[in-house]
Amino acid sequence: MNKIFEKGGKLYWLHSTVDAFETFLHVPGTVTLKGSHVRDAIDLKRLLILVVIAAAPAALFGMWNVGYQHGLAMGQTGVHILEYFWFGFLKVLPLYLVSYIVGLGIEFASSQIRGEEVSEGYLVSGFFIPLIVPVDIPLWMLALAVAFAVIFGKEVFGGTGMNIWNPALLTRAFLFFSYPNYMSGSECWIAFKKGETAVADAFTGATPLALDGASAQYGTGFWDLFIGTVPGSVGETSVIAILLGACLLLWTGIASWKIMCGSVIGALLVGWIGQIAGVTDIPCYMQLLYGGFAFGTVFMATDPVTSCQTETGKWIYGLLIGMLCITVRLFNPGYAEGMMLAILLMNTFAPLIDHCVTSVHISRRAKKLKVA
Amino acid sequence: MSKNIVLKKGLDIPINGCATLNVSKSMVPALLAVQPDGIKGLLPRLLVKEGDRVLCGSPVIADKKNPDILLTSPASGTVKEVVRGEKRKLLAVLIQTDAEQEYARIDTTDVKSALLQSGLWTMLTQRPYGVLADPAITPKAIFVSAFHTAPLAADLEFTLGSEVKAIQKGIDALATLAPVHVSLNAAVKDSAFASLSGCTLHCFEGKHPAGNVGVQISHISPILKGETVWTVSLNGLAAIGRLFLEGRLNLRRKVAVCGPAALQPSYVETLPGTPIKDFAPFYGNGAEEVRIISGDVLSGLNVGAAGYLGRDDDQITIIREGHEKELLGWIRPIRYKQFSNDHSYFSWLMPGRKYNMDTNLHGGPRPFLMNDNYYSKVLPMDIYPVFLAKACLAGDIEKMEKFGIYEVLPEDLALCEFVDPSKNYIQDIIAKGIDLMLKEMA
Repeated sequence: MNKIFEKGGKLYWLHSTVDAFETFLHVPGTVTLKGSHVRDAIDLKRLLILVVIAAAPAALFGMWNVGYQHGLAMGQTGVHILEYFWFGFLKVLPLYLVSYIVGLGIEFASSQIRGEEVSEGYLVSGFFIPLIVPVDIPLWMLALAVAFAVIFGKEVFGGTGMNIWNPALLTRAFLFFSYPNYMSGSECWIAFKKGETAVADAFTGATPLALDGASAQYGTGFWDLFIGTVPGSVGETSVIAILLGACLLLWTGIASWKIMCGSVIGALLVGWIGQIAGVTDIPCYMQLLYGGFAFGTVFMATDPVTSCQTETGKWIYGLLIGMLCITVRLFNPGYAEGMMLAILLMNTFAPLIDHCVTSVHISRRAKKLKVA
Repeated sequence: MSKNIVLKKGLDIPINGCATLNVSKSMVPALLAVQPDGIKGLLPRLLVKEGDRVLCGSPVIADKKNPDILLTSPASGTVKEVVRGEKRKLLAVLIQTDAEQEYARIDTTDVKSALLQSGLWTMLTQRPYGVLADPAITPKAIFVSAFHTAPLAADLEFTLGSEVKAIQKGIDALATLAPVHVSLNAAVKDSAFASLSGCTLHCFEGKHPAGNVGVQISHISPILKGETVWTVSLNGLAAIGRLFLEGRLNLRRKVAVCGPAALQPSYVETLPGTPIKDFAPFYGNGAEEVRIISGDVLSGLNVGAAGYLGRDDDQITIIREGHEKELLGWIRPIRYKQFSNDHSYFSWLMPGRKYNMDTNLHGGPRPFLMNDNYYSKVLPMDIYPVFLAKACLAGDIEKMEKFGIYEVLPEDLALCEFVDPSKNYIQDIIAKGIDLMLKEMA
């Protein structure tokens, strides 16, 4: 049956797609050709599915929270937890469908054009994208943004492993700059059914960051933020769910603890300076709970393709992300959240950091060899 | 002796089928092959024709660039066939051996000319690049590793522990050419080789590739641009010693026949160039389903049942070809029969377990995705393996130099290739980089 998909066969133009589904079903029977005759059982599919599993708690909590926030806005009480979840699930599902259909479609076509196997990279990016956008984003906007990010952020560089910027964040950045009305303010973070408006008195759906700690219907205390019962992008609100994912990523060693630690230390440092300099009255540890900081630190900054390669570089890269993020938060009144741009900016500079670290390593080695 | 050099990075691949420490068979094969392939930098010129008589130690092939460098017959007999491949490339000279061995007389008064005449010169490898040693230069030093750490490799304490006298003689001979450094395994107590003198002894402690001479050099005295060092295997060193003790070529060695698909893995005493068919009892009737490797599973050569034991190899590994597809293999939480160094599997919870590994690639080829650290944790050298591999892929000579191409041979990065989730052929990438360096530097 596979013959028609082979070179010269009628359906050769589909062979990357067929390969992708075949290798999805089973580990292929290909054997090593040369070099190391035996290989480790690990492959990219395994590593990347673990990232998806790590992000699953955040996604599930996010779906529930979409329903919960809707309930708050509508002034509902006594709604069953599963009803909230079902409401959120139905809201988030279209985002997933759009993300995967558009993204994977482009990915399959590009792989076919390059004549390569389909890489699993988008499996992860496609899972993250719905988690970092507002739940009520129009689907055509999301489709456009995904297409932009996958084509210009990834495929033009040669596909997975070659990209400079994190494709998921690029999607968000595209939305942010193209359709700012849908990406900030107090309207976009709560899902409404068609024709609905908030009925609860003086309800505002702004994120805690935008309110700068002011009062709202939901709490903005430590525990509300830690558990995540606040408005925000679908997957970013619950710090505890993100921490669960972080444990898995660190345990398997897929994500670098150096980047995560660096980012947290950088954020605490600038948050603390801001606090004692009187720029803000938010305690520095609260900065770690607001907005997309936790999600960005755990899932976005640690992307092995777009982060630094060298161990020293990872510290610098992580520190700068944390510092930049909080700096933007403290000094930019027009834009409350800095994580996305901090990571994208550091993605841009990661190769430079690596270049500096390896140059230092090379000259140190040359010196050592001269002495020896 | 200097302090132990402890290497923390590395990996011992837990593969089944270690050879038991006994010599199950000692043979003089009826047919032997002299193969010029695999010696980098040798341009073979045939010196014999079919029907010629050769003695053990008489020249068969010479180097076109330097006619003093010879490949000699490891046994006496008659030239049966000259095997040529595409474009008449010389692949092997087959020699029908005599029942009674006759030896060519070799004058051992001058070390260099004795080595050249006996053909043992080709046992010396020159680094950087791992080419045939150039007799016209004096290297910085000669390095010997007195232990293997590669998967299932021959136990040199067992195979050569009784030949310390010959090894000592070999060291004395080579010491007239350059200072000799010998590396010992710190894990072996009362090593037979600890008594060697006339050389600098070093003790290494650690997992594979601690026994690779390239890794040892980078910790003893790294190779600078413009410097050269020579290396020789312990088997080669013993043969050199025997040449000076007995005045004749004697390449007999104990070969470990091992691997998960080997029947009753054990040692065989034989000569290099032995046809793999002579090892048939070890793989039985299943020659089609197994891969027969001359060398270890990480960097040996797939020679197949029609091939021959390599010139400098003391190991034959037999593993099953892994053509089977595994349903949903990559997503199963536990794959009990598969080994992985990664923590996303649970092999690391069972440190003592050995695995029946096969040749399955366990995935499809992808671009490099994981960080450099993922690879360098199995490479105990001061090198960024991914940066080096990418420099080789890009063909950037300057970067290759900076990232340490002088210090490595493909075998040193074999473990990086093993653990690679992107399933790249890293050794091949490095080998192509080295070829490019040779071309550009010539």
